[in-house]
Amino acid sequence: MSELAVMEASDILIEVSGLCVDYGLGDGAVHAVVDAELTLRRGEVLGLAGESGSGKSTLAYAITRLLRPPGIITAGQARFGASVNLLTAGQRQLRGLRWNEIAVVLQSSMNALNPVLSIGTQLFDVLRAHRPEMTRAARRARSGELLEMVGIPADRLGNFPHELSGGMRQRVMIATALALDPSVVILDEPTTALDVVTQREILEELMALRDRLGFAVLFISHDLSLLAEIADSIAVMYAGRLVERAGANAIFRAPRHPYSLGLLSSFPALHGPRRVMEGIPGSPPDLRNAPAGCTFHPRCRFAFDRCRHDPPPLLDLDAGTRAVSCWLQDGTAVVPEELARAVPAGPAVAAGQPGSPDPAAIGGQP
Amino acid sequence: MAKLLRSPKIIIGLCLSGAFVILAIVGPLVAPYNPNTSVSTTNGTPMPPSAAHWLGTTQVQQDVLSQLLAGGRSTILVSLIAGVAATVLAVVFGVTAGYFGGGADDLLSMLANIFLVLPALPLLIVIFGFLGRGANPNDIVIGVIISITGWAFGARQLRAQTLSMRSRDFIDSARIVGEKSWRIMTHEILPNLVPVVATTFLFTVIYSVGTYTALSFLSVISLSHWSWGTMLYWAQSGQAAQQARIEWWWFLPPGLAVGLFGTGLALLNFGIDEYVNPRLRAAGITGRRARRAGLPRRPRLGLTPVLPGRRAES
Amino acid sequence: MTVIPIDRAERADPGHPPVLEARGLTKHFPVRRGARHAVVHAVEDVTLTLPDAGITAVVGESGSGKSTLARMLAQLIKPTAGAVLLDGEAAPARQRYARQVQLVLQDPFSSLNPVHSVRYHLARPLQIHGVNGAGNGRGNGPGNGQSLDSLVADLLTRVSLTPADQFAAKYPHELSGGQRQRVAIARALAVRPRVLLADEPVSMLDVSIRLGVLNLLADLREREGLTILYVTHDIASARYLADVIAVMYAGQVIESGPAAQVTDEPAHPYTQLLLSAAPDPDRTEPPSLAGRGAPPNLIRPPSGCRFHPRCPHAMQVCAQERPPAAEIALGHSSACWLHVKGLTPAQSRPLPGADRNPGSKPAGPDAGFKPGPVPGEEKR
Repeated sequence: MSELAVMEASDILIEVSGLCVDYGLGDGAVHAVVDAELTLRRGEVLGLAGESGSGKSTLAYAITRLLRPPGIITAGQARFGASVNLLTAGQRQLRGLRWNEIAVVLQSSMNALNPVLSIGTQLFDVLRAHRPEMTRAARRARSGELLEMVGIPADRLGNFPHELSGGMRQRVMIATALALDPSVVILDEPTTALDVVTQREILEELMALRDRLGFAVLFISHDLSLLAEIADSIAVMYAGRLVERAGANAIFRAPRHPYSLGLLSSFPALHGPRRVMEGIPGSPPDLRNAPAGCTFHPRCRFAFDRCRHDPPPLLDLDAGTRAVSCWLQDGTAVVPEELARAVPAGPAVAAGQPGSPDPAAIGGQP
Repeated sequence: MAKLLRSPKIIIGLCLSGAFVILAIVGPLVAPYNPNTSVSTTNGTPMPPSAAHWLGTTQVQQDVLSQLLAGGRSTILVSLIAGVAATVLAVVFGVTAGYFGGGADDLLSMLANIFLVLPALPLLIVIFGFLGRGANPNDIVIGVIISITGWAFGARQLRAQTLSMRSRDFIDSARIVGEKSWRIMTHEILPNLVPVVATTFLFTVIYSVGTYTALSFLSVISLSHWSWGTMLYWAQSGQAAQQARIEWWWFLPPGLAVGLFGTGLALLNFGIDEYVNPRLRAAGITGRRARRAGLPRRPRLGLTPVLPGRRAES
Repeated sequence: MTVIPIDRAERADPGHPPVLEARGLTKHFPVRRGARHAVVHAVEDVTLTLPDAGITAVVGESGSGKSTLARMLAQLIKPTAGAVLLDGEAAPARQRYARQVQLVLQDPFSSLNPVHSVRYHLARPLQIHGVNGAGNGRGNGPGNGQSLDSLVADLLTRVSLTPADQFAAKYPHELSGGQRQRVAIARALAVRPRVLLADEPVSMLDVSIRLGVLNLLADLREREGLTILYVTHDIASARYLADVIAVMYAGQVIESGPAAQVTDEPAHPYTQLLLSAAPDPDRTEPPSLAGRGAPPNLIRPPSGCRFHPRCPHAMQVCAQERPPAAEIALGHSSACWLHVKGLTPAQSRPLPGADRNPGSKPAGPDAGFKPGPVPGEEKR
């Protein structure tokens, strides 16, 4: 069968199925995440892609129970490993899990550093809270080690956050996340506020650390072209639902969902002939008035009647290596050519590969 | 807007302060007696409330209720005028300083700081003393004089708000489009500051009530001018609280009136604050709903609530 | 020391001056704390020409000075030195200038006043500049005599916000980010400017709607001959939209040329670094970054070429003198000593520590050479 089935169950670190998250209760509740499904394996880099309102951050925080009120998890399951049910876990169990096993680097967390404490103190705090048996000397040594690991000289332990650049502060946050050698690191748009060169440096260091220490990464970003470079597999979310999940190469070269296709054609190429690209007409929906049926249908070029009434379920494709939530892929409809490309064998494909949709776009405006 | 009227603080605040304002308008007209008239000249003891005098009488047999109503009009009028005058000054100084920055800001801020630091009550005592012992200024003049000491706090707040608004792009956009400075201040910045102006107004009214009452109590303002503070002065000099049988009907009504009026205004203030700052509002999940759904009323941070009973088992 | 971008070849007309030109623009922001005379050298001696009906992109990271440059061109900020020329002559005062040059800002969520409707936002520039004959009666062109409402509807249609009367009544919080940005563009177009300066117009928009707004700008250039300056940190979108790209680093323009050429054959080491760091899924191998580190402190910028502390090819002369703009190909120039011929052996000796790692200090005056006169430092 698929190669996935061969892997042992202990390889799966986080498993989410049918997760629903709302903001608020009752009629006015906003359905931020609907029926989300996710699997993170040991050492894997899973990219979670989506725009504003897609629910990607909500999903990540809901899994770790870090969602702020009025967020409520209304249905579904989330497990860590084989034994821990994240949704029923109590305060103590979650505390033991967080940072020891699951570390989270929040969005623009470089602003999360306390400006009146040195970064050394903040690292010591983490170690002191979770490893009370460590001596002061051991803590200092470990903190210095962590800074060196992310490329900051250990003698900067005494610096205050304002003495460091944005990139260095983000590195400090990554070092804090890795302090207890977790098995999962969740990063929410870690490099969005940084310039391109610093972003590239930090990502390189992160991947190098991943190779060395073997943790799994859940990388949340709106930049699909970035994820295509660093992730092993990518899950695309739209309006709270998972619309496609596949290997990074497969999604980039041969998308199956119209939204993934549209999203890919929203990133102008750095090289190759200059063509007019269209992006996706319309704009992400207001979650309080989500469209009926498939939430993407108002912006979809290929929408037909069924799309307007029935929300499509997540269907398995390609022998289980992909999942798509689209009526075009249910086996009965004729799949348009742009969504039926073959997945090339390796990443070595000539630049200029046909990657743009037809310029025809339905009405509406961004 | 409708949400504004649903807040209990605003409803109670409106009712309280509204009641007082109505009292100020119609009070002296419906007062049963003239506050200055002594009903009898032979009795030297204040009489407790009775059918003829609902709040009793003072030492010289003047009707307390009538005094309360007459004093109420004066107190409320003075404080409202002081509030308006102080707010106007605060807006002019604060928004101008915040918008122009540089030298103008430095000058206006220095002025505001000076007035903030000057002790208000002594200054007012000096000013009123300057007017002469026999002078009996009318309510409007008193209000304006009190506002001199009350505008600085609001000016600083408005300056800070204007500064933060200054950095928002729509101000730059207005300049690029070619709007003139005065029009930017009145049409672009000020409409966004309405809640702050409202709270400044309410705050200065509360401040003025207290200050005016204090000035009257100290008889700095002519005693022939009826106000709640004057009532308290007479009650105090008649030693109403030291008698064996405490003459509570003499000093309690004016004191309570000041307190209730101030409370009504303060509640209005809190209500507006809550509306403007959404974080003060209960975020989306009211207590009743939460209890019905089986969730903790105030979810703890780091423990996102999970709706019980609907978790699908694998 | 000028950087010479090229006019679009088809429209090059040596006799006709460019629509908008920045000549030697410099901006130093005073710093309050610390040393009395400390200034942030935000923009240093930038010369840029915007050819008629051309789209010029200024690409740079945050702190490169590109936004400051755009605001100086819009006359929102007064330059410390240098001049802005409109049609070859000194730029007129603010009100008249606003009719010719308009600016669209980055943040769609704060560029519109939340208490005013879309109609108010679009009607104000029309009223101020009397485009419809109202106001001070200076109306000219087809707008003369038309009612304010129909002019507002026209503007909304030009930016594809239809049905226009529906949108005119809306308030900013009822619009999406992309729609707000279109309203901002419509407002800029209301006075019928010749030049539109766009400061990162799509960075804060969702990815899938960015192209729509960029295509709108391209469309405005095609249909109406608008001259556009597109400021961005995303070099891929600059390549998509612009004819000419000028790359800024630490307040100076270090390379400029035709868009495709600058991205396919970058000449300056910083541009090369930028391109290798940008996400490119078509890449077959992971990029190798030559020249790590962070942009310099602009209060005490490095001597000579401001990129030399990070540059893997730094030479002695790079620390001493600011490089001139050397022409590499037609219209493509780069401010780098590597492209200047005739350097003496002493000048072209590599600086110790080239190809260095982040965090190490660059060679300074104590390394043993005489710092020569550095142009640009004499300016106050």
